Formats: sequence, structure tokens, C-alpha cells
Amino acid sequence: MTKTHVSLTVNGEKKDVLVDPRELLIHTLREQMDITGPHIGCETSHCGACTVDLDGKSVKSCTMFTVQAEGADVTTIEGLGSPDGLHVLQEAFKENHGLQCGYCTPGMITRAHRLLQENPNPTEEEVRFGMAGNLCRCTGYQNIVKSVLAAASEMNSAKEAAE
Amino acid sequence: MKDEVTSRDERVANLKGMGASRKRVEDARFTQGKGNYVDDVKLPGMLFGDFVRSPYAHARVNGINIEEAMKVPGVLAVLTAKDLEPLGLHWMPTLAGDKQMVLADGKVLFQGQEVAFVVATDRYACADGVEAVEVDYEDLPVIVDPFEAMQSDLVLREDLEAGADGAHGPRKHHNHIFLWEEGDEAATNQALESSEVVAEEMVYYHRTHPCPLETCGCVASMDKVNGKLTLWGTFQAPHVVRTVASLLSGIDEHNIRVISPDIGGGFGNKVGVYPGYVCSIVASIVTGKPVKWIEDRMDNLMATAFARDYWMKGKISATKDGKITGLHCHVTADHGAFDACADPTKFPAGFFHICTGSYDIPVAYVGVDGVYTNKAPGGVAYRCSFRVTEAAYFIERMIEVLAIELNMDAAELRRINFIKQEQFPYTSALGWEYDSGDYHTAWDKALEAVDYAGLRAEQAQRVEDFKAGKTRKLLGIGLTHFTEIVGAGPVKNCDILGMGMFDSCEIRIHPTGSAIARLGTISQGQGHATTFAQILASETGIPADKITIEEGDTDTAPYGLGTYGSRSTPVAGAATALAGRKIRAKAQMIAAYLLEVHDDDVEWDVDRFVVKGAPERFKTMAEIAFASYNQAIPGVEPGLEAVSYYDPPNMTYPFGAYVCVMEIDVDTGEHEVRQFYALDDCGTRINPMVIEGQVHGGLTEALAIAMGQEIAYDDMGNCKTGTLMDFFMPTAWETPHYTTDHTETPSPHHPIGAKGVGESPNVGGVPAFSNAVHDAFRAFGLRQSHMPHDHWRIWKTANQLGLHG
Repeated sequence: MTKTHVSLTVNGEKKDVLVDPRELLIHTLREQMDITGPHIGCETSHCGACTVDLDGKSVKSCTMFTVQAEGADVTTIEGLGSPDGLHVLQEAFKENHGLQCGYCTPGMITRAHRLLQENPNPTEEEVRFGMAGNLCRCTGYQNIVKSVLAAASEMNSAKEAAE
Repeated sequence: MKDEVTSRDERVANLKGMGASRKRVEDARFTQGKGNYVDDVKLPGMLFGDFVRSPYAHARVNGINIEEAMKVPGVLAVLTAKDLEPLGLHWMPTLAGDKQMVLADGKVLFQGQEVAFVVATDRYACADGVEAVEVDYEDLPVIVDPFEAMQSDLVLREDLEAGADGAHGPRKHHNHIFLWEEGDEAATNQALESSEVVAEEMVYYHRTHPCPLETCGCVASMDKVNGKLTLWGTFQAPHVVRTVASLLSGIDEHNIRVISPDIGGGFGNKVGVYPGYVCSIVASIVTGKPVKWIEDRMDNLMATAFARDYWMKGKISATKDGKITGLHCHVTADHGAFDACADPTKFPAGFFHICTGSYDIPVAYVGVDGVYTNKAPGGVAYRCSFRVTEAAYFIERMIEVLAIELNMDAAELRRINFIKQEQFPYTSALGWEYDSGDYHTAWDKALEAVDYAGLRAEQAQRVEDFKAGKTRKLLGIGLTHFTEIVGAGPVKNCDILGMGMFDSCEIRIHPTGSAIARLGTISQGQGHATTFAQILASETGIPADKITIEEGDTDTAPYGLGTYGSRSTPVAGAATALAGRKIRAKAQMIAAYLLEVHDDDVEWDVDRFVVKGAPERFKTMAEIAFASYNQAIPGVEPGLEAVSYYDPPNMTYPFGAYVCVMEIDVDTGEHEVRQFYALDDCGTRINPMVIEGQVHGGLTEALAIAMGQEIAYDDMGNCKTGTLMDFFMPTAWETPHYTTDHTETPSPHHPIGAKGVGESPNVGGVPAFSNAVHDAFRAFGLRQSHMPHDHWRIWKTANQLGLHG
């Protein structure tokens, strides 16, 4: 199969890859770029473990071809925070026990990150609705919702303090 | 050595020991996407394997043509049963004493069964290869109903010798697996016949699936130079996998290293040994390269590890004022094509005979008939100890049915039949010795917390309003008081494939007073690295933050039977505490020597040994650790290490009281959980935050099971629920808010009194949700309807009760 050249930005870094036209973005990320934060849970867009941020939208990378990401700006969990300074959401999930096995967590936090940009001050109901594309089998969501709300409040206070 | 923390309270807090809601140490890596799950394992030259699976539920396999597949670029090998046969690996033993095809040997017995294993350079080439394998199937009649299976002339398992006994005794029919009985049937029947009231009901607990977010998978790497096999995989019992792999392959056990890396949820799905593991190992031996196999979601739901599928015919009798006099249960258990249930060997129906529940029932009988059908094998304990959730659902439904029969309040019926606090330790009619409990206290606390009387009054008003045409919504109050049996288990009666169900902990204290401990269990999200360090902190006085917990690598961890059946805390947690006490015993000798007093003249105080009556004279554990390595102490070996293998004297019996308040729309069948109150008593609580998280998660899995999640088949044996489109997984949107609460009744035989909690919410949650649905319709004559209570089924129930006008 003839490979196609794709240029994209991942976590702020410009990347060039050669892929089969049928190759899925999640496989390019995980296997060519060793970005293993996003996971594969269902391959049908239902579970959200593979969620990445693509040009300002939450995208299930298991059902998108890499060639469709030509020129795109992609952020994965690896692009949020760093070991020296966790992102507010990462801190909030730790602090509020918003994870157990951790498999859904990268997708969950990546989605929450976009949600809080779409709606910086969500109600509990809006968080539950806005996160409904991401499944978790361990937590029953209660502490995930709590984590997202805590992060929102933290981010808003930081914003107010800065203004 | 410098002692920075001075006050006793500060020293206790500094430990972050038992009882502290310590934040999890696992979370730093998980929140940064730095977990290491099996699909993250990447080795040089690694190949991929995938299965050709049967589209038929029952068919002869007359031929497999791999010619075209071998021409696919990147495909290196296609394994079939013929290739495995010379190695004796075309079949493998199951955990239940049966055998199972690794690859189709002449026929297939369920849809999705493994037929051939394609090995290729990457996933995509592998998928192409799978498509190109040609299989000549000749379809056969299909049986998906266990009752029909027991009547049919059609022989499903032609490999089994007609008339020969199975692993659990005589087989009554060619599609029968075993009859397993407990209790006194004659006495039970007599009690039923002589009682004033008898209620009878068929309670079905449907087939479902644990469906962890990460599917099953492995990477097998055979190093032919050193003769070593390394196997990474999603194993809830890595040490058992090593032993089984050794027995099956003939490779010496010391040459096999099994590693369970981070596991993305297990819930029982990852206990079994699956054909994918065997084929990956063989493929690695054949190709000389590492081979990765990862299920996709459809493979996972169709082929590995279903749960439940129990048809439970119950009879319960009582006096007219509600005192239960006897319980009879006959189960028809659909085990699918192979008996691959994951139960302790002596218990082919698991611990189903905990089905007398929380009640003092004088006489009881249970009989379970295991039956073959053309469905996937499995029968795992999906977030429960072996068949305990089936048992809890059965008794909690029978209590409700009896309450209807007696025209009595179901809360009161429970209360008058609870085992009383003073009866513990209590021996049940089916032979279990319940360790401890205080059911009345828990029950009263729960009913008061939800204002039970107020809810009943509101419900009565709602029924009036409904009848008067003022509302189309009904109110259901779902009650449950469950008793679990977890922590398998005593080696005298609990083993899996002959391996006793003890567990273990090995501790090494470093010279500067930090430590590493390794256990025979493996976390799949339970937070062992956090909570086991807390046990050790309390036992050894070393702060939890200075203790590393490691599990899952059979080359380094002590042998243990793994994590499932809520056994980690009851068994490995006990081993951890006892290993910690061994450390302390040696530390006491060292401290006494250093303080120049007799061993008996020092006493333990949080993190140090203190000279009795002279609190200013002490040695901290950190000082003792340093001395243990670096100072010659007469009669004491250098170093500070301990190991404990713990064989529990009994199971533990966690319990709980749950109340679910549910609104049901009669016209759409939709439901809304308005309130859910969960009181759990898991004995001593190690980390309340983690316990609460476990309860939330287990309740949500219970919600899924009760309200929509099932593995359904059509008459042709096609699995209708093979993707997450059809298999219900609640999102944050459907999931209610939970209120958690607790009482604390320690286990008298456990070193720290802990009982285990991970599975309680699933065991208690399913009947609570289901009872709420039933209760909503009680005033209109509903006695029993089968789960899952999805919108359609609830609508149908309302329709059958004539509520649609």
C-alpha cells in the first residue's frame, strides 16, 4: 500500500509521518509517535479512551484516519501539564479521587480540558452531559464530576486573580 | 537520628496509616498518561496476532485454507488446531475442570470461537490476513436455551465420553455438566410443606459481561538464547498464569516470567486463561519474536468471560407473621460451550450457597445443574465473589416476593428475620460460618437516613394520584440488605486447579528507614499501592509515603493467587499486616539491645520502641532499620526483612443496607434514580476515600446490569450485543448521585479486622435497583419480572399490568 505523507502538530511539536491511508490516528499516535496516553477501548467512538483535542475540538482518535489530520493541531494528555507542574485538571483528578484504574483518565481529562474552554463555568448537569462521550467503569463518575467542577472553580479563581 | 515530628498526634498523622483518606500514589502517572498497560508494551521486532473467529454458533469445520492469507504482505504464520495438536495445545484445561478448544478442532460451539491465529508484522496486515483465511463451515442446529439443552438429542460436546462422569460427578444428560447440592433437601421440603405461607418464584439473573474499559491482551516473548519466556498480560492472577503456562507448555516454571503491568479494570474478566495467551506463546516460540495479541471490543464481549446466566427457581416459606421457616433453590446454570467458570475447584457453583443471605433461616437446600449451550464459555465473578451476586439477587427477590405473599412491609420482614448480633459467629443452614455482623443497627440507620416511613407515605399518595389520573409516574423503593462472602480462602477447602488460595507479602526495610513491599495480588484500579502501604505504615511505623508497593511481576513478587473475589484485603492485606508484625518483632529485639534493656522492657508507640516508663528513651523504626544493617547485634542476623504467607482461617462476611428511590414513567418505561443510599460495613476501614470510590463504581456497574446491560443471543446463537452500541454502559449522564454511609463491625479473625469492599456495591446494588422497579409496580400486582429493566421491558411490564389504559 502506498504510504501518504502527513504533517501535523502534536503537543506543540511539528511531526511528519508516513502512513497507510487507512491508518487510524490513534495508531499513529501510539505506535509511530509513542504517545501512549490516549488508549483504545472500543474502536467505535463510544468509550472516549482515545479522546484527543484536534483543532479545538474533542475528537475520538480511534475513528479518524491520520490522513484526515493533515495540518491539524493535536493535543493529547501528554500536552497538558508536566511532571514538574501538573495541569489544574490533573491535580483536581488526583485530589478528588477522580480515577481508579486510570485507563479512561487521559481521554477524560483531555475532554474535560476542552469542555472547560467551551463552558468555563458549568453546572453539575452540564458537566455530566458534556462528559457523556467518555466512559468510566471504575468510578461511577461522581468523583470525576467533582474533579471537573473543582478544576473549573480553580481555573476561574486564577483567572479572576490575574485580572 | 533527627526526630522532626514530636507530638504523638503529629507522628500518627505523618504515617498516613490505616483510616487516613490518603491520596493515591498511582494517580501521578495515570493523570499524565504515563500508565503502562499491556498495549503500551513495545518490543523490538514485535509481531501482532489476531483470530479468525467463527460466525456460526455451532458448525463443523471441514477445512481451513490458509493459502491466500499467507500471500498477504506481512503475514508470517497462520496457526490452526492442526499446528497446535503435536504440542498438545489444541485444547487446554479450564479453571473448572473441563477442557476448552484453543483453536477449533473439527467444530465450533459458539459464535466468536477462535478458529485460526494469524501472525503478521503489524495490526493492519494481521487484519488483512484474518480476512483472507477461508474456513469451510457446515452449520449445525443451535441450542441457546439451557432447558432445551437438557431435553435435546443434539450432542453439543462430542469430545466428552457418553455416560462418563464430569469433573464434579455424574452427568445426567449429554448436555449436562454437573449437579452440585448443599443442604438438607428432605428437611427443607418438610419445612415448606408444613409452613403457613409459601412463596414460589423463578428468578432469572441474565447473562452479562464485566467489560473493563481495557480489553484482554498479552505480549509473549520467547528468548531462545536464554530459554526464557516473558509474558506481559492483563492477568488478575499472574502467578497462577505462570504455573498454568508451565504445566501447559512444559517450560520449567523458573524460566517463565509473567508480568501484569497496569491493568485497565478487571472485574473478573481477566481471571481466566484464554486461547489468545496460548496462541501468542506458541507464535512467539514458532517465530522467535515477541507476539502481541489484544482483543478488540467485539472479541471481548463475544468470546471472553461472560458472567451470571442463572435461572433460579426458589421456594421460601414462613409463618403467617413472617418468620422464615425454609428456603429451597434449584438453579439451571447456563455455562455455554465449555465449563470455564472461574470458581474454587470444590465449588462448581461458587459460593452460591450464601443465598440464605442476612437471614436466620433454619433449613435450606440448594441444587445447581450446570448445562452446556452454544454460547461463549466463562462464568466469571463480575465484580463479586464467586456467584455471590446471583445469591444476593435471589434471596433479596425472594424476600420481596414473600413480603407480597404475606402482605407485609418488606423492610419489616427483613428486620424480623435478620441474624441477630449475638448469634455471631453464625453457622448458616448451608454450612457457612459468618464471622461478624450487626444487621439491625445498619438497617435502622439506613431506614432512618432515607426517612423510610415518609417515603412509604409518599408512595401511597403517588399510587392514589396515579389512579386518579393526576400523574403518570410511579415511585419505587428498592430495599436490600446483603451479606457477602469474600476473601477466598482457606486452603483446606479453597483452591484453583489445585493451587491453594493463600496470599502473600514480602517486606524489605531499607537502611535509611524506607521500604519496599511486594504482594501476590495485583491492582486493577483498587489502589493497592496506596492502601497496602497504609497497612504497613500502621504496623511498622514507617510513613506510607516512604513505602513502595509492587505487585504483578512473578520474578520478584511472592507467590499469591491474585486479585478477584474481594480477596486482596482479606487475604493479602492480612499477610501484609503479619509481615509487618514480624518486622516489628525483630525491631523490638534490636531496639532493646540499642537501649540496653530487656526485650520486654520496651513497648511499641506509633513509629518507635520506647522504654517502659521512660518515654524519653526510644529508638525510631528508622534508627532501628539503620542499626539492623550496620551494627553488629549479638544473636540477631543483619537486615530487616520479612515474608508472610497467609492462609485465612475463614472467609470474611461484609454486609450492607441499600435503599434506592426510583421514579418510573409508566408510558415510556424510563426511570430516574432520585436517591441512592448505600451503607456498607466492610469491617475496619483502611482508606475511606478509596472505599467510597469503590462503592460509587460498584453501584454504577450494578445500575448497568439491573437496568440494561446484557449479553443477548438470537435463536441462531448470534450475539446481539457485541459492541458498546448495544451493550449498555452508563455514562455520567445516566448515572445518579450516590450517598454513602457506613457502620464498622471488624472481622474477628482478620489481623486488622478488614473484610473487603470492592464488590459489595455490585452485590447489593443489583437487587436494590431491581427491587425499586418491582416495588413501583407492587400496588398493581407485579411479583416478578426479569432483568435487565431497560425502558422497553419496563414499558412492557406496565402494559401487561394494564396501566396503559
